[in-house]
Amino acid sequence: MADLFDDYPAGVAWDEMLDPATGPRAAYKHVHAALAQLSAGELRARADALARTYLTQGVTFDFAGEERPFPLDVVPRVLAGDEWEHVAPGVKQRVRALEAFLADVYGPQRVIADGVLPRSVIVSSTNYCRAARGITPPNGVRVHVSGIDLIRDSLGGWRVLEDNVRVPSGVSYVLSNRRAMAQTFPELFAALRIRPVSDYPRRLLAALTAAAPAGVDDPTVVVLTPGVYNSAYFEHSLLARTMGVELVEGRDLFCAQGRVWMRTTQGRRRVDVIYRRVDDDFLDPVTFRADSLLGSPGLMTCARNGTVTIANAVGNGVADDKLVYTYVPDLIRYYLGEEPILANVDTWRLEEPGSLEEVLDRLDELVVKPVDGSGGKGLVVGPAASRAELEALRSRLVEDPRGWIAQPVVQLSTVPTLVEDGLRPRHTDLRPFAVNDGDDIWVLPGGLTRVALPEGRLVVNSSQGGGSKDTWVLGGSPPRREAASAAVHHPVPVGNAVPIDANPQDIRAHVMQQQQSLDGRPAAPSSSDQEVGTC
Amino acid sequence: MLSRIAESLFWIGRYVERADDTARLLDVHLQILLEDPWAEEDLACRSLLSVMDRQLPASSAPIGRVEVLDVLAYDRFSPSSIAGALVSARENARRAREVISTELWESLNATWNQLPSHMRPARPHDYFTWVRERAAVVAGVVDATASRDDTWAFMVLGRSIERADMTARLLTTRALAGSGGPGWTTLLRSCGAHEAFLRTYRGTASDERAAGFLLLDRLFPRSIVFALNQAEACLTALEPVVDRASVDDARRHIGLVRTNLEYRPLIDVLDALPREMEQVQRACAAASDAVRGRYFPSALTTTWVGENL
Repeated sequence: MADLFDDYPAGVAWDEMLDPATGPRAAYKHVHAALAQLSAGELRARADALARTYLTQGVTFDFAGEERPFPLDVVPRVLAGDEWEHVAPGVKQRVRALEAFLADVYGPQRVIADGVLPRSVIVSSTNYCRAARGITPPNGVRVHVSGIDLIRDSLGGWRVLEDNVRVPSGVSYVLSNRRAMAQTFPELFAALRIRPVSDYPRRLLAALTAAAPAGVDDPTVVVLTPGVYNSAYFEHSLLARTMGVELVEGRDLFCAQGRVWMRTTQGRRRVDVIYRRVDDDFLDPVTFRADSLLGSPGLMTCARNGTVTIANAVGNGVADDKLVYTYVPDLIRYYLGEEPILANVDTWRLEEPGSLEEVLDRLDELVVKPVDGSGGKGLVVGPAASRAELEALRSRLVEDPRGWIAQPVVQLSTVPTLVEDGLRPRHTDLRPFAVNDGDDIWVLPGGLTRVALPEGRLVVNSSQGGGSKDTWVLGGSPPRREAASAAVHHPVPVGNAVPIDANPQDIRAHVMQQQQSLDGRPAAPSSSDQEVGTC
Repeated sequence: MLSRIAESLFWIGRYVERADDTARLLDVHLQILLEDPWAEEDLACRSLLSVMDRQLPASSAPIGRVEVLDVLAYDRFSPSSIAGALVSARENARRAREVISTELWESLNATWNQLPSHMRPARPHDYFTWVRERAAVVAGVVDATASRDDTWAFMVLGRSIERADMTARLLTTRALAGSGGPGWTTLLRSCGAHEAFLRTYRGTASDERAAGFLLLDRLFPRSIVFALNQAEACLTALEPVVDRASVDDARRHIGLVRTNLEYRPLIDVLDALPREMEQVQRACAAASDAVRGRYFPSALTTTWVGENL
C-alpha cells in the first residue's frame, strides 16, 4: 500500500503540516501519524462518509444555482495553542479599531480632521452610507459579528487579507464541520485537546440581546434571511435554530407605530433586534433600493428612532472597502495607540502618484482587486490571466483608479488535501469569527479554513467552488464549567442502582431452549408439529 | 386478549423505547467526550455504567468509550443493551405474531436481520442513527396502523413507562458526575429536546429551565411528566371502570410520583435530583410489576416428573 504522502511535493508556499527539511511540524504530529497509518482506500471511505453525512444533513452551499454538499476535506488544519494566542489578540485588536473607526466616520469624523485618512476615501466609498449617519447603536456596537480573513505567507507569517464586518458568513460550516469530523475521526479527538467551538450560538445570542434598544428587558431577536434561494440559507437557518429564535423573511415583518413587528399566529409581535443576513441595499425600500422585496419598508426609520437594533449595523461596508483596508494599521495606531499585531498584505493605492504607472507596468505579476468586492468577485490574478484579460483590466484601471487595489501575489500557505491522486498541498486561508457583545470581543477558537481545490489556485472563496477544512486549535485551559445544581458528587454505591427490568417470559423461553439444545429432548411436552421453519 | 400476548406487546413497547433512548444517551455522551477536551472519560463512563445498573470494573483499570459501547450498545445477550433490546423486541413480536400487523412485524424483523451488519461500524454515530431511525419506523407504524384498542394501549404503556424510567436515568448522569458531568445542554440533546427547548425559551437557557423542561414540560413528549401522564392514560383506557374508593396499583405508583414532581417546587426536586430520579425509576418498576400482576398472571409452571417404572 503506497503511503499517502508519497511524492508529496515541497512547493514554494509554506506547508503547514510538513516542513520540507524536518518533516511533520509539532502541531500536526498526531494528525500526520494517524493519516500515515491509513491506506488511501480507508481515507477515501472516511471522506465519502463525510460527504454522505453532509448530504443527509443538508449542509449545502449554492454553487452556480445548484445546491451542493459543502465540500469538507478530511485533513484538518491544526493550530498550536501558542500560535492562536498570537492570532486571537490580533483579530480582537483589528475589530476594536474598526469599531472605533465606524463610530467616528458616522459621528464626529475626527479621523479626517486629524488627517489620518483623506476625506475623499470615505465619501468616494460605494459602501459609505449617509442614511447611517446619526444612528447610534444602543450599546455602541456596530460590528456584532466579524470575519477577518487571514493568510500565511511563504515564511509562515500571518497577514490580514481583508476585513468582513458587513455580513460575514461561514460560521455554520465551522460548527457542522466540527461535528462531522468528530464523528469521522473519533480517535484523533480522543488523543488531542481540541478547543470546542459549540459555544458560538450562545455567544452570538448574548451579543444580540445585549444590543437591544434601551429599556427592553426581554428582547425578541430574529434572524432576517433573504430566503431559501440564498446561497447561505443553510447558515441562516442553523443560526436561528441553535439560538432558538425566529428566522424571518422581509414579508414577515412590518413597521407600524414607529416599531418593527412580525406577523405571528398570535397576532403581531414586537421585534427588538434583527440579525440581518441581507445586504444594506435591500434592507429598506424606502431608504435604499426601491425594488427590494427582501427587507421591510420603514426599517431604517425604526433603527434611527432607536426602537430596533439592526446587527450588523448599516453602513459597516465602508470599513470593508479595500482602500480603507490599506489604512487600517494607521487606524489601529490612531484609535488604540497600539502597534498592529497582524500585518496587512503590501498594497498599492492606485490614486497615489506614480503607483498606477508602476502597477500597469507589472500587471502580469500582481493581484488586482475591486475595492468593494467580496467573495473573490472581479479579482484578477496577473500571472494566471490571459493577455486579453490584462488589456481589458488595464483600461479599467486607468478609467477608475479609486475602484481597484493591487497586491503582490502572496503564495498562501498549503495544507495537505485529499484530491484525485492522493494527498496534495492546496492553498488555504483562515476566517476567524469574532463576536462583540459590548463588554468584550470573543474570538471563536479556529474559524473557517477555506481551501482552493484546483492545483496551484490561489482563490479560496466558496462562491468560486472552494472547499473547507475543520480548524483545530489545540490546548488551552478548560472553560468555566456551568455550576452543577447538585454540586456534590454522588457516587452511586454499586448494586444500589435500580435494576433494568426484562420480560420474564424471555428468560423462561431462553432457559427452555437452552435445555432443549442441551438435553436433546423436550423439557415440556412439545406439540407434534413438524418444524418447517419459523413464521 | 391473551395475557401472554398482552405481555409481549407491553415489552415490545419497552424494548424498542429502551434501544432508542440508550442510543440517544450514548450518542450524545460520547460525542461530548470527543468534543470537550476537558471531559473526564473514566468518570463519565463509570457514571454511565452505574446509572444503567452495570457492574463497574475495579477503579484501578480506567475505562473508556470502547468498554461502554461493548456493554451498552453491542451486547446481544443483555436485554438492557441496545442490540439485546432489539433482539428481545423481535422475539416478543414473534410470540405475538398473530395480533401485530405484518408491517410492524416486518419492521422489527428487518431491524433484527440488519443488526449484525450495522454493529461495530467505524463510526458508532452511524449505528446510533440507524437505531433511532428503526425505532422511529416502529413507532410510526404503530401510530399509523394500530387500532386504538388494547393492543395499542399495552404497547404505548410499555413505551411510556420505559421512557420515564430512561429519562430519569439520564438525568441521574447529570447529578452523578457532579460538575464534571454532562451539562444540561447535553441532556437536552440526549432526549432530542434541545431544539424544542431553544424554541420554547428562545435561547435563554438556564439550568433550572432545562431541568424543568425534561422533568415537567407538559407538551414535550419525552419529559418525565408527559410520559407518566401517557402511561396513566393507557392504564385508564385498559381499565376504565374505577372502583369508587381505591385506585389500581399501577396508576397509584405512577400518579404518586408524577404529582410529587409536578406539585413540589422545582428547586426542592433539583436539590435531591439523584434521589428523586431513583423514586421515578422505582415507581416505574413498581408500576410494571403491578401491570404484570394484574394483566399477565404467569401460569403455574408445570414440571413433568418421569415415572419410575
